[in-house]
This record gives sequence, structure tokens and C-alpha cells, in this order.
Amino acid sequence: MSRLGTLGARLYRGEVGYDFVGKRKIWYGISILITITAILGLAVRGLNMGIEFSGGAVFTTPTTSVSAEDARRTAQDASGHTAIVQKLGNHSLRVQVSELTTDQSRKTQEALAKKLDVSTDKVNTDIVGPSWGDEIANKAWTGLGVFMILVVIYLAIAFEWRMALAALIALIHDLTITVGVYALVGFEVTPGTVIGLLTILGYSLYDTVVVFDGLKESSKDITKQTRFTYSEIANRSLNGTLVRSINTTVVALLPVAGLLFIGGGFLGAGMLNDISLALFVGLAAGAYSSIFIATPLVADLKERDPQMKALAKRVRARRAADAAKAEQGAVQDEAAESAEADEDDEPQDASPAGVVGQRDRSAGRGRGGRGRTSGKRR
Amino acid sequence: MAAPKKGRRSPGGQGRPGRVLALILIAMVALTGGMFASGHTTPRLGIDLAGGTSFTLEAKNQPGKPNAINKTNMNTAVGIIERRVNGLGVTEAEVQTQGDKHIIVNIPRGTNAKQARQQVGTTAQLGFRPVLVSAPAMKAPEPTPSTSANGKDNGDKSKGDKSKGDKSKDDKNKSSGSPSPSASTQGRPVTDALKADGTATPGATATVSPSGKTDDKSTDGKTDAKKQDDKKAPTPTPSAGDTAALQKKLDAVDCTTKDGRAKANADAANTAPTDPIVACRKDGTTKEILGPVAVEGTGVTEANAVFDSQGGKGWIVQLKFNSSGSKKFAQVTGDLATKQPPQNQFAIVLDGEVVSDPSVSTSIAGGQAEISGGFTQQSARDLSNVLSYGALPLSFDVVTEQTVTAALGGEQLRAGLIAGAIGLGLVIIYLVAYYRGLALVALASLACSAVLTYTIMVLLGTALSFALNLPAVCGAIVAIGITADSFIVYFERIRDEIREGRTLRPAVERGWPRARRTILVSDFVSFLAAAVLFIVTVGKVQGFAFTLGLTTLLDVVVVFFFTKPLMTLLARRKFFASGHPWSGLDPKRLGAKPPLRASRRRPSATVDPKEA
Repeated sequence: MSRLGTLGARLYRGEVGYDFVGKRKIWYGISILITITAILGLAVRGLNMGIEFSGGAVFTTPTTSVSAEDARRTAQDASGHTAIVQKLGNHSLRVQVSELTTDQSRKTQEALAKKLDVSTDKVNTDIVGPSWGDEIANKAWTGLGVFMILVVIYLAIAFEWRMALAALIALIHDLTITVGVYALVGFEVTPGTVIGLLTILGYSLYDTVVVFDGLKESSKDITKQTRFTYSEIANRSLNGTLVRSINTTVVALLPVAGLLFIGGGFLGAGMLNDISLALFVGLAAGAYSSIFIATPLVADLKERDPQMKALAKRVRARRAADAAKAEQGAVQDEAAESAEADEDDEPQDASPAGVVGQRDRSAGRGRGGRGRTSGKRR
Repeated sequence: MAAPKKGRRSPGGQGRPGRVLALILIAMVALTGGMFASGHTTPRLGIDLAGGTSFTLEAKNQPGKPNAINKTNMNTAVGIIERRVNGLGVTEAEVQTQGDKHIIVNIPRGTNAKQARQQVGTTAQLGFRPVLVSAPAMKAPEPTPSTSANGKDNGDKSKGDKSKGDKSKDDKNKSSGSPSPSASTQGRPVTDALKADGTATPGATATVSPSGKTDDKSTDGKTDAKKQDDKKAPTPTPSAGDTAALQKKLDAVDCTTKDGRAKANADAANTAPTDPIVACRKDGTTKEILGPVAVEGTGVTEANAVFDSQGGKGWIVQLKFNSSGSKKFAQVTGDLATKQPPQNQFAIVLDGEVVSDPSVSTSIAGGQAEISGGFTQQSARDLSNVLSYGALPLSFDVVTEQTVTAALGGEQLRAGLIAGAIGLGLVIIYLVAYYRGLALVALASLACSAVLTYTIMVLLGTALSFALNLPAVCGAIVAIGITADSFIVYFERIRDEIREGRTLRPAVERGWPRARRTILVSDFVSFLAAAVLFIVTVGKVQGFAFTLGLTTLLDVVVVFFFTKPLMTLLARRKFFASGHPWSGLDPKRLGAKPPLRASRRRPSATVDPKEA
């Protein structure tokens, strides 16, 4: 802990940090690349819809002692699709396999018959409709649409429209990547994976909101200082919450990773694998996009705001002045400078330890008091 | 310092953390106790995890609708059945078509299969029909001659004049009232009256003399065809020809035996809504001739089972109509109110059976009605459920009923559980390695959250038929991340405060409001997702939304009422307050600035200029 703990402290104070915002173009590029790959994969390979969506063939066997697991393997091998096997009350089996050609269907039927050691015509074949009808899917889409609109409105109110927009882009980014991975890997899309996708949607937004909350707090009184531009503040806030982001992501990913790698190692393909893959990719993408995409996007948008442009100008002017001053080497300015630095620094965090009392007082009123004072003084 | 002030403001603040902790512990104990009291100690599992019962339904051809069994109708039926068995979306039932005319319904183990079977198979064709004649349930002993005579007279008029026929119903009702001051007047109207005043039981009614009835009827028949002065009404009524046939039918029907009723029901159910029917009351006390459907069940938008405590009618089903339905209903009841008994009654007919036949004293506006009459809580709920989701376009027979095993093999599930457990173990190791002593708080909070989630899921399994399926389990796994995040956000805040040079106790209090805001804002987004998905969607997505909403709420509860007070309490312990290296809060390790209280400005200068 100690090393990471110290790192946390240094990140917190801004002593070290990664320039997320400054290097955003690289990360945008990477994300665009991944997204394009995902979309291409989707376009070329398409999604392999499971039986729950597309319907398929159902084979009903006569009474048998063959285990469901064996039958599942047999059907899967013969058909090349994921099979769902249920044992019925009278010890017969119901085997469902998603959309098959007539040929595949016949093959599966024969394989099952062979496995069960009965004649082929004893294995009854029928066509089964999707258990996830269009209605469920359509309503899920509607729900998704309604939710996205509401969440944009909410974020626009709780934060601002730029953050809402950035969060939405990050969300779409995450979902696209996850779906793309599905297409590329060729996993069957089951209700489980759809629900995994929805889980990701929730998590991605959740994570983005946590990061934005830190950003909002950091940039509260931004116009009242001239030391940092918005992008710099955003970057600092990202570094400040980095430890939290890493910890949360690790904690969220560990159980899923266990399910994916250990569970997957045990079992090969299966419903669990599908879901945990969706979750793993999605959670990772969600954590990544909050930091590398969403926040830099907000900074980008913000820097176009006239107010922020003016701020950036002031910051540049001041830095030029500081540099000039530094050249003069005016030692007596030191004290005043540092005093002002303290004031200006207020929006971030670093009010010194000695002023707890005072800070508390103003904190009660949203810390506006001090900001105003310093603004006047300037 | 201002810390105590803040503490007071925040729930579970420094004031009395012990009490808050005690509160949530009591809640946990109570939930656990409730769980054991309910007799179920494991959550109900979905069909993919535990298997269940599988019904195969076969569509029946209905008279008059030869091509009714087609893809569209089958899919509509699947949709409706799905919603019936999956009312709240949390029961995890599966419905799918098989072949051309079969529907498979899978219901998780532990569901009441008999009830489910009923829910699935009920067609739920609901209609409100005016009562023309009411008679005691047994076979009419002496069919009166007048009836048949009547019938012949007007036989030709039967169905032809639809536009006129309808009005005649009303007239007929009016005229018939006076000549038949028969016994039917007695018990009836009070019993089932729509308004809440009826107190008598339905069984106590209907002491009608058969002869009086028949007379009554015939009078109707005559007047029927002649007068036509009423307002418009969309459906035709029987004219005399039908009446005669109906009367014969009425005489023939025996509502006292189960078989007789079943036959009558089937017969009535297969009659077109525009034709009058002979139907039995559900309790077997009365048989009735009913006019054509005046208000269709499709006009009902919502049905709820309610316990009527004021009127003493026990369980009733309240109906809400859509706008056209409520208009029609107001008009029909307005007309009926002017009639004499029994023609001021209308019958609520469900699949050919009279569920109740309240009398009407005034026009009922506002689009609400209620069905009363000998419901139990269960039967009222079932009926309201079935009515809410509308009638099936086809009627079905349950041809097989079998148990099925889990779709997800037991092996897979076991391996999944092992993998999940290993993952959780890794989480614990990570937390301990990183947070040391604080990990205790995190793990205790996670445990608290787990206990609450588990017990509530078990209890909901009993109360709402909530079933845990694989996606829900995955949702719960992701919820570990979201729950842990709340602690991590808070811990990091505390550590930031310590880095500022604060001691632990003020740090705990000062870190809280900021952490709290973050937690609330982000959890709100999750909850919004859950709420929207729950309201808008159906089926498994709804089940997932439910789980997500539940875990999000519990996250907030746990952080507010467990983590925070626990933190406040621990901050008083020397182990944590002194920043023991194993507490995870060692100021030195966290790189805290030395607490220089004297100088206000100095320290920041050493740190800040490095940035930017």
C-alpha cells in the first residue's frame, strides 16, 4: 500500500500526474480505431443471435438415461450452435438449438438419436419460436431510448449540457465496443448478454458521473482564479480521482474476471462465459472511457466557451507576467505571490492545514465567500 | 472546529452513530428473522438455474373463426400469456411458440403450478352485458307455454335489424319491470350493488319463482320489437325469436352442478359478443339471459384487486376504463338505472361465466367499476391480473404439464459459483492490501449489503414471486463493484482530508458531505436506469431492472446507515485515530502535510506552484 498510497498523495497534490487532457488526441484516436473495428466486426460478421431471439429447432427425445450435459455436448457438436438442454419430468430430454438449416437440423437429430441409441424418428423435431419475442426486445429499446433522454436531461441539470453530452458519447462508445467484441468473438447473443449490456450501461454512466462530480467540484470557482485553464483543472481532477477509479475498477473487475477466466477455464463455452465476457469488456471500457474520453471531451467543449476562452487568455497573460517577474528575480514578491497563490488555489483543494476553521465556515455556504473575496482583491 | 456542526447535519452523523448502527443491525436481524419465519431460506431461482414446470398449450379452433390460428394471433397470445405469468416481470417465466399451434410456458420451480395453469389457460374474454332475465339455477321445472308462442311471433326479426334492435332492449327492460314485481326484486339489487353499500352475500339472493320469471320474459319479447325511441347504442339486442330460443336454453341449462355450469360457460363463451347468451353465475345460484355485450373488456385499461373494508364486500376487483369505454359504461349504466329489477342489473361476464351481476341505481361516470362477489384475495388478484393484460385472441387447452430441469447445467452453475467466490476472495485480498484496517469497514459494509440483499430477495421471492436468474446473479456481481465504489469514494475523501493535515475525526466528518454528494448523484443515475427500464420494459429486462434498483437502493442505505456511522465510531478508536500503520490511515504513509496550525499561508506555497 505504501507505495501506492504515496503515489495517491502525490497524485492528489498534483506532484505527479498523467496528462490525460493534453494527450487526448492519442486516446481519441485509439478509441475511434477500436470503435471502427467494432463496427466493422459488427457489419461483417453480424451478431449470432441465440435461440431466445431467433427461435430455432427443438428436439424432444424419448425417455433416456443420457445426462443433459452429454446431450448438450452432442447437440452442440453436431449443430455448431449453443444448445439448451432440459430434462423433462418423464426423463425425456428437450434440446433447443438456435436457427438451423434443414441439413444441420437433420444432422443434430441423427447425432442425438445415435447418442441415445434410438432410431432417428424417435427424436421429435419441431420449430420453436423465440422466447424473447419482438415485444420484449422492442420495449427494451424503448426503455433504452427513454433512459438516455432522461439521463441527458438529468446530467444537464445536475452538471451541465457539455458533461451530459460527453457522458452520452462515452456510453455509446462503451456499448459499441462491447457489441463489437461480441460480433468479433462470435458469441451467441442471449438474454443474458443483453442484460449484461444493460448492466454495463448503468455502470458506465455511474463511473462517468463519479468522475464528473470530482470535475465539477474542482472547477467550481474556476473563473475566479487565473492560475489554471479549464483543461488543466480537469486534468488535475482526473489525477486526483485516479486512485479511486483504479480501486473501483479493480474491485468491480475481479469477480467478473474470476467468472470469465476461471469459470471459462473450467467449462469452455457456456452461458456464464458469454455474460462475464460482456461484463468484463464493458466494465473495462466504462472505466477507460470515463477518464480518457468523457473528461477530455468536456474539456474540449468547455474550452470553446467564451468565458473559458477569456480565462485561458488571462492565464496566459498572467504566466507571461510571472515569467517576466521571475526574470527580474524580485525576491520581495515571493510572499505576496504565495499568498495569492493560496487564494487562487482555493477551487481545487489545497487550502492549507492551518485554515481548517475558516474553510469550514465557508464550506457551509458553498465556499463562495472566499472565492468572492479573492476575486475582489484581484 | 466546525466538524461537529457538519456531523449533525448529515444523517448518521457523529451525533449518535451507535444508534444508527443499532438500527440497521436490528433491521438486518428482523429481515433474517422474517426470512426464517417465512419458511424460505433460499431465494427462488429462475428456470435457468433451478428448472420448473413446463406447460404445453394447444390452440383450439373457435367456431366462426376458422383461420384464427395464425402466426399473428399466436404471437399476440404469447405476449399476453407472458405478461400474465410474469406480471411484475420478476417471476422469470418463459413463453414461446412451438410449431404452429402450440405454446410452451416454462415456470420456475416453487411457483404454484395450479394457479399458473389457470392464469395461462384463461382466455379472459370480458364483457358487460345487461341482464334480461334472471332465474334460479336449477333446470326450469315447468316451461311455460307463453314463451314459445312469443318466440314464433317475432322469429323472423331476429338478427336482421341490428341498429334498431338495440334500443328495444332498453324499452323492453322498462316495460318488463312493471309486470314482473316478482321475487327477483328481493334480495338481488342490494347484494351486488355497484356502490359500496351492499353487504349481503351473493349466495343469499335469488329467490325467484320460475313462473314469474318466464312471464316477465315474454312480456319483454313482445314489447321488444315495437318501440324504438331510445338513444343510440352500438349493439343489437335479441328480438323475440331469439328470446324464445334463449328461454328454452335457459330452461335447459343447469347451473347447480359443476358440469352443467362448465357446459353453459363453454357455450356462452363461444357465442359472438353481439348475440345474447344464457349464462350461469359463478356461485351457481342463478342463471340469466344476458343481452349482447354493452361494454367490451377491451375498454378496461387497468384492474386492481382491492380489499373493500368499508362496504364489507371483502376482496373486489376495481376496473378502470379508457375514455370510450367509460363513456359507454356511463351511458349503459344510466340506461339501466331507469329500469326495474332485474333489468337494472348488468352482468360482468368472463369467459362465458357471470362473475357478478350488480344492479345499478345511477349512471356510473368516471370510468371506474368494480366486480365483487365472494372473491378470496388470491382469486381477486388472479382476476385483476388476467383482466389487466387483456383477452387472448385464441382459446387454449393445456395438453401437457411436465417438470423440466435447469437450462444451465448444474456443473456450470457450480463452477460459476466457485469462480465467483475466487473473484470475491481476490477482492478481499486487494482491499486488505490497499486499505489495511479500513478494509474491515469495507468488508463489513459489503457483508451488510450482502445480508440485506439476500434476505430481501428471499422475502420478495415469497411476496412477489421474485426469482433470481442468471442475469440477476450477474447484476449482483456488478453490484459488488458499485457498492464497493461508495466506500472507496468515501475512503479516498477521508485520506485526502488527512493529507491536508487533519486528524482522523474531523477528516471523517469533513470527507462525508462531499463523498455523500458523489454517492447520491451517481447512484441516482443507476436508479434512474432501473426505474425507467422497470416501467417501460417487460419480461426479463424488467427483472434485471428490479435487481439493479434494489441493489442501488441498498447501496445508499448501507453507506448512510452502516459505513458512515461505523467510520465515525472507528475514528474514535486509538488504533485508527493515531494512524497506526495497519489502519490504512497513517498520515505519514498517506503523505500528509505536517499539521501546521499556526501559519495560514505558508504550507501551500511549498506544494502548489509545482503544478501547471
